[in-house]
Amino acid sequence: MALTAFTVLFAVSIAGYLWNRRAASVLREGGARLHSLSGFHGLYSFLTAAIPAVVVVLFWLILQGPIIDWLVMSGLPAGTLDGLSKGARQLTLAEIKSIAGGRIFGTPEPWKLEAAERLNSLRQVGSVLMVIVAAALSGLLVLLARQKVSDIFRARHKVERTLSGLMIFCATVAIFVTFGIVASLLFETVRFFERVPVGEFLFGLNWEPQIPLREDQVAAEGAFGWIPVILGTIVITILALLLSIPVGLMSAIYLNEFAPKRVRAVAKPILEILAGVPTVVYGFFAILVVAPALRSFGASLGIPVSPNTAMAAGGVMGIMLIPFISSFAEDALSAVPQSLREGSLGLGSTRAEMVTKVLFPAAIPGIVGGILLAVSRAIGETMIVVMAAGLIAKLTVNPLESVTTVTVQIVTLLIGDTSFDNPKTLAAFALGMMLFLVTLVINIFAIRIVRKYREIYD
Amino acid sequence: MDLPPVLRSEKGAIETIRKGVRKRNRSQIFLQILGIGAISFAFLMLAILLLSLTSTGYKAFVQTYLTLDVYVDPAEVSEEQLPRGGFDDVIEAALLQYFPEAGEDRATRRALGGLPSNGAQFILRDKVAADPSRIGETIRISVPVSDPYDQLNKGLIDRETPEQRRRVDNREVAWFDALKEEGLIRTKLNWGLITRPDSRFPELAGLKGALIGSFWALLVCFVISFPLGIGAAIYLEEFAPKNRVSDLIEVNINNLAAVPSVVFGLLALAVFLGWFGMPRSAPLVGGMTLSLMTMPTIIIATRAALKAVPPSIREAALGVGASKHQVVFGHVLPLAFPGILTGTIIGLAQALGETAPLLLIGMNAFITSAPATPLDASTALPTQIFIWADSPERGFVSRTSAAILVLLSFLIVMNGLAIFLRNKFERKW
Amino acid sequence: MVTDSSSTQPIRETARPVHQERTKISTHEVDVFYGAAQAIRKVSIDLYEKAVTAFIGPSGCGKSTFLRCLNRMNDTIDVARVEGTILLDGQDIYDPKVDPVQLRARVGMVFQKPNPFPKSIYDNIAYGPRIHGLATRKSDFDDIVEWSLRKAAIWDEVKDRLDQPGTGLSGGQQQRLCIARALAVQPEVLLMDEPCSALDPIATAKVEELIAEMKMEYTIVIVTHNMQQAGRVADRTAFFYLGDLIEYETTAKLFMNPREEQTEAYISGRFG
Repeated sequence: MALTAFTVLFAVSIAGYLWNRRAASVLREGGARLHSLSGFHGLYSFLTAAIPAVVVVLFWLILQGPIIDWLVMSGLPAGTLDGLSKGARQLTLAEIKSIAGGRIFGTPEPWKLEAAERLNSLRQVGSVLMVIVAAALSGLLVLLARQKVSDIFRARHKVERTLSGLMIFCATVAIFVTFGIVASLLFETVRFFERVPVGEFLFGLNWEPQIPLREDQVAAEGAFGWIPVILGTIVITILALLLSIPVGLMSAIYLNEFAPKRVRAVAKPILEILAGVPTVVYGFFAILVVAPALRSFGASLGIPVSPNTAMAAGGVMGIMLIPFISSFAEDALSAVPQSLREGSLGLGSTRAEMVTKVLFPAAIPGIVGGILLAVSRAIGETMIVVMAAGLIAKLTVNPLESVTTVTVQIVTLLIGDTSFDNPKTLAAFALGMMLFLVTLVINIFAIRIVRKYREIYD
Repeated sequence: MDLPPVLRSEKGAIETIRKGVRKRNRSQIFLQILGIGAISFAFLMLAILLLSLTSTGYKAFVQTYLTLDVYVDPAEVSEEQLPRGGFDDVIEAALLQYFPEAGEDRATRRALGGLPSNGAQFILRDKVAADPSRIGETIRISVPVSDPYDQLNKGLIDRETPEQRRRVDNREVAWFDALKEEGLIRTKLNWGLITRPDSRFPELAGLKGALIGSFWALLVCFVISFPLGIGAAIYLEEFAPKNRVSDLIEVNINNLAAVPSVVFGLLALAVFLGWFGMPRSAPLVGGMTLSLMTMPTIIIATRAALKAVPPSIREAALGVGASKHQVVFGHVLPLAFPGILTGTIIGLAQALGETAPLLLIGMNAFITSAPATPLDASTALPTQIFIWADSPERGFVSRTSAAILVLLSFLIVMNGLAIFLRNKFERKW
Repeated sequence: MVTDSSSTQPIRETARPVHQERTKISTHEVDVFYGAAQAIRKVSIDLYEKAVTAFIGPSGCGKSTFLRCLNRMNDTIDVARVEGTILLDGQDIYDPKVDPVQLRARVGMVFQKPNPFPKSIYDNIAYGPRIHGLATRKSDFDDIVEWSLRKAAIWDEVKDRLDQPGTGLSGGQQQRLCIARALAVQPEVLLMDEPCSALDPIATAKVEELIAEMKMEYTIVIVTHNMQQAGRVADRTAFFYLGDLIEYETTAKLFMNPREEQTEAYISGRFG
């Protein structure tokens, strides 16, 4: 139905375009000197009709569902919902919906069947109404636009202003997205902190979010101290950086300053392949190859290695970050002006001395910026750790043991069915909030450094 | 002015320098070796990654099939009761023809019935349902064998391991070998890998649902992020005044490109599913989520492409009286378009491999039918890989590797296309 | 030895009699190629010790390229190829046995744009001695830094801020810092590639003064596009045109009485 609505409104708008263009051409052939080309008159009609109609249809699509739900629920026979909790009401609605979708289990009460029928008819009416409204609105606007065609009408200005407006809208979407992230995280985080004190979350040393889902279930109370979780994140991040920084920097130095052209031409695309491998693939690599290898290596030395050792996750994450760091370091090194290289070589330094004593110190800000971005990447990396790191939060820094991370907890808390009213779910949002804040600070810092650095040598 | 004492030697500075040169050249070689070592390490890791994937994955591209002549016994399958009926029983009966001794006790019969895949009965059912007149005839069917036998045939189960620790016991091995002797076991190309939806049984599991789900999600992602990204980029690059607001937008976009992907998943879960009440596991929601992450990539690529168009083109067009909009949309944008397209394809390739946000909106559900519309519950390629990687059955290991190889080949095609476009349309100004 | 840098009629014969001079660098039929293009054709020239030689010519004539052959700086460009022989004190500098590191310590270079390292003034000067291992003690480095800065006539301007970044100095000061940096490794020859092209007239005058002083101890080769400058500082001048060495004479003779028509056309300002 939505497709029909869009087709109709675009067809009407295109008709409006052709109509106005024709009208303007007729005026021109009649000898009038038009302010704007006839194409602009056409575009004016198209934009006037299409934009409001698209907006209306989009809002309709978003609002139709909740409004129909509300109508169905309030149309139920009096008394059926009395005394039901919010969750139970939702369950009833879901049941009605599945009946409406033709999936009937057992024999539902007749009022539910009735409600399902009502739901279906309301949906149908709503969709038909939407198409009619879309057609009527765009048609009306096309008519209005047609009235405007005249020799003095500044169609081009109007079109250009509308286009500018559209582009400004596009540019602000980025802000809306950030705003949406902050709003959604904040909203759920506040609800989390209504149940769990902030102090306990920030300074608690225990993370055991497996609390009872139903009142009668027997389980641990649940503890929400994020220290062990962030500690695990730090352990894995450090392991990843210990591998990726030296390897990434050395390969950047070699490729940028020593490698023959042909080696460069082969090596750089291969590094790009490494950078393009999806993280879920790295995660599988960690459990398929790296973790067993580390385990058997540990066993051969007589050291017990956990199957979910932080080394496996951290190491594979390090491999993922090698091309990332190396490309940042290469950018930073090549931004150092040629004159400094010549200055150093002209004094009789070897290439190695030039690199280590002049280029590298000069490129440090750019490299640090890149490393910071890599840190933020490592902290926020999800799939590798979800697949290869542990689930249990342990207060340890031993890389051979299994640790968990912020992102692992977010995913495991939210995977499967989720409802927004237990602390377990909300805890994930609180963790997400912390993750967002930490990476935001690092990112802004890093972006600043990189930008400043570029300005120095521009 | 006299030389400082340290420099006043008979032979001059050059003698000191000469003595040091060999050592310095050695440390230069050392640095180079370190660099070569680093690069080789990265390559070695890539090689191990690809090798381990292909060595485990290639076996999932073929499948062991069993050819059986099944007598569709009207006593078990009646026309009135279709599609229900004892299809598993008639298959079992067909097998019993070869191994009459197995029919003596129930447990052995069961074990023999487990040789063909659990899906064999449905394959037979569909054949009979399509032509009910064949009830009472003998039908020749070719069905996948169940996973342990498949593994046995591919040599993944070592016949030398003690029977207790093997997934197929000696009796089962004997059955299989006997059937093979008869020429009933064939190894065929496994088209099911891409034409069948997911299944609990490795031998039946395929990627159809995931491929279609990924297709819908990418389509939605493209439809949203492409116009939004280009619009934003044109505004920022060509029209925006240099002030605090545009600076804020710029920092915002750069930051969005670096926000962890799982956070976008949280946003989608809270806003799209929670507030707007959109359906769980739907590729539509997945695509919307991915578009938020792809948009910054497209914006950055588009701005770079616009920047690469030399100002002389703009000045020339402005000089003949075109308006700013006409210059940008008529002259600059067409010239920048190959670059924009390249950036978009690379952004979409990244979106295709993105997993974490899709997990949070439930695209890791177990769904045995391919989605018909973007609103149906579905998986996507990377989430399917995640599900399979998480499955305990041995058979899923090679399926996972095979699925990864499929994903990687899509990525290679997309990136190759991007590189091709870049090389073909690259202009030197 | 005095050079009047503000003089408007600067051409004069140097005080030193020509016959006492010794050849420091001698080239024979040097060709330079950039890829397939030939930048220098069969240049043979003798450069004399403790004298200033200027290379002049219109831009693109190959004078800088030729200068960069003299300490093998062209090695750093992948596509550049040098043929012919270049002798420093009779030894072929392109001999495989010669290490370019040692060569460049003997033949220092100052570049067109001042290029101090993004380090302190002190570390800029100490860089060369440090990598070459000329000193180990702090006090020795202090001596070298002071000596070099004095030699480059910039000591008084920077002695109170040796720990500040060299990039913070003015353009003229930066260039003299670079000269001091080159002197700190005790070179015998100093190659200067248009050292004043990025400087204002006052800074230029200071550098020219410095060149005149330095030629007491060093062999100096300077590339310049400014004929007045060549006239002011150089004992001999070589005129390059389109990769060929057209004429090489004492400065006075070349400017007053050029042998070749092209030289005459260039110095009289008809092209270039």
